[in-house]
Amino acid sequence: MFRRYQPKDNVQKKAYYTDRFLVVPEVPKNPVEDAVSLAHIDAVAKGVTVQESYMQRDNVVIIVDSKEAKKALELLKAEGYKVLTEMSAVDWLAKKGGFEVFYQLLNITAAKRIRVKCFIKENEAIESVESLFRSADWAEREMYDMFGIIANNHPHLKRILLPDDWHDYPLRKTYPLHGDEAANWYEVDLIYGKEYRDVIGPEQRDAAFVDENDTKNFARIGHEVGYGEQPTRDLTPIQYQEEGGTILVKKMKPEETKIRADRSWNKHLEGKE
Amino acid sequence: MQQPNRLSPFYENLAFEREDDRMIINFGPNHPSAHGLLNLILEMSGEEIVKAYPNVGFLHRGMEKMAENMIYNEFLPTTDRMDYVAASANNYGFALAVEKLVGLEVPRRAKVIRMLLLELNRLASHLFWLATHALDIGAMSVFLYAFREREYILDLIEDYCGARLTHSSVRIGGVPLDVTPEWRKATAQFMAHLPKEIEMYEGLLDTNRIWRMRLENVGRLDPDMAQSWGCSGIMLRGSNIKWDIRKEEPYELYDEVDFDIPTSDMCDSYGRYKLYMEEMRQSIRIINQVLDKYEGTEPELMAHAPQYVSAPKEQIMTQNYSLMQHFVLVTQGMRAPVGDIYVGTESPKGELGYYIYSDGEAYPYRLKIRAPSFFHTGLLQDWLPGSYLADVVTMIGSSNTVFGEVDR
Repeated sequence: MFRRYQPKDNVQKKAYYTDRFLVVPEVPKNPVEDAVSLAHIDAVAKGVTVQESYMQRDNVVIIVDSKEAKKALELLKAEGYKVLTEMSAVDWLAKKGGFEVFYQLLNITAAKRIRVKCFIKENEAIESVESLFRSADWAEREMYDMFGIIANNHPHLKRILLPDDWHDYPLRKTYPLHGDEAANWYEVDLIYGKEYRDVIGPEQRDAAFVDENDTKNFARIGHEVGYGEQPTRDLTPIQYQEEGGTILVKKMKPEETKIRADRSWNKHLEGKE
Repeated sequence: MQQPNRLSPFYENLAFEREDDRMIINFGPNHPSAHGLLNLILEMSGEEIVKAYPNVGFLHRGMEKMAENMIYNEFLPTTDRMDYVAASANNYGFALAVEKLVGLEVPRRAKVIRMLLLELNRLASHLFWLATHALDIGAMSVFLYAFREREYILDLIEDYCGARLTHSSVRIGGVPLDVTPEWRKATAQFMAHLPKEIEMYEGLLDTNRIWRMRLENVGRLDPDMAQSWGCSGIMLRGSNIKWDIRKEEPYELYDEVDFDIPTSDMCDSYGRYKLYMEEMRQSIRIINQVLDKYEGTEPELMAHAPQYVSAPKEQIMTQNYSLMQHFVLVTQGMRAPVGDIYVGTESPKGELGYYIYSDGEAYPYRLKIRAPSFFHTGLLQDWLPGSYLADVVTMIGSSNTVFGEVDR
């Protein structure tokens, strides 16, 4: 029997079933009609080539060349777009061999937003816009951390959320959800050293994973054993009160309890026994 | 240059010992005033900060990666864990972004309930801020009073959705539950009571000498720096820039209610404190108006869009096709149309935005969360130098950062 083929360039979760005839519609792209935004786009078009400009829902988007992205942002900043709300990238390595970088800008005085998008190939760097917007300092660091995209002339391009010596870039589609081989050994190597790999074993990074025979980290409810002992099939009844009981409270024995028949939700059970 | 390894780790104060003038202080990662896991490395010249380096990532859970491996509805409870002080605001931001991408029209009653939840969350978040900020500065009693009122709000939210911290009280396409007349009455009663309490907090703090000395002219934030660092919310309004997404790009029913946007031209921590108090009053005003809007709304709570949203429970239990549709939506997930969208909402901390790129699959192709606290923490490296060590606590508190949101 052959194992089902899994594409290696995108290891993210896939829908297990897709209707053969399903055609997912596209969000309509309309031309920009708003006069203020049009004026801003025209101002950008004087300095750089605007490849495409459109409006999707109520987001104004322009697409420029990655070499001219900084110039475009500079022109937009002169138009009043003083806030770089957000910037990051989208991984298109599998389909198009590169990343789509987007800059979301905000003009507070005109109450307008615009998104500047550009495309870069793998291993291609992008010019840092940190000199225009200080918020790009951290945003570009995060982009580098998550995708490995290098921002040229960034003052301090360094990983931000992950440790400095982390292997690979986690938001790439080639990176599995629970981490790769290097991630399994990261903490073991750091805390104990490589020579302890055999003793400790790889880190279990799936939060939903429960080892049936592990009595060190998990208690089998109703089958509890001492720390680290072999698991058992025998029932170990739990009594939630110390021997002798507490003052004013009688010791509750689970096997001797009975449910009152006059409880409303229990009435349908009446007369069945 | 040090060469740190496992046997000889990195010592920050080596430079201090060598040059004998600069001291490096590690503020955190477990400092009670850092409001989470913030490791702030401060280079000091005497008491004055020369250089600040915020080191974050201790709470990084990879939410954006998780989102790429979850259907849209599955991801919604994860958003609770970002700004855990006001969880509904996170749920709502995500739900709104998906609704805009898909093009769903939410029923009016759901809008009313959402606004009530959002403003209650804002009140809870601001009260939490006041309590912890005052505690950092040294005013213990304010902490107790503000937490008492926050408890009432949490009780109201618990009555609504059963959770106090991680609400998940908003669904894509509407809200899961209706509010009872008793709940509305209790909310109205509490809203009548709360202004008196706010007055009491102000009575305790406004003219308090220590409070004023620790806050006035501390943490002055220049409007240009605030814009350059992408500050939002009160950090922006505290620097005399009038910008509130609820007013400028209204969502839900914010264009139907009357409320003011307070700004402060003092640009300091005291001005921001006054803004928090004023915003609480405005939230009360909004809730009072929205409670009146509930009457006369149709009882629908979820949008009618069988392709994207399950039918009401009653219909699922009685109608065959509704059940089939529900089964497909739960097991396979809805397929949002191909396209990308950025939607920003005014969360209690500032602009909380979601950028969603859908390629027509049941899982978002890319989800970027724009958290206000992320940039407010980044701001510290430009904002702190020049101030004194004692003011660091005030400034971190004043920026109202939550580290679940910074690290995501």
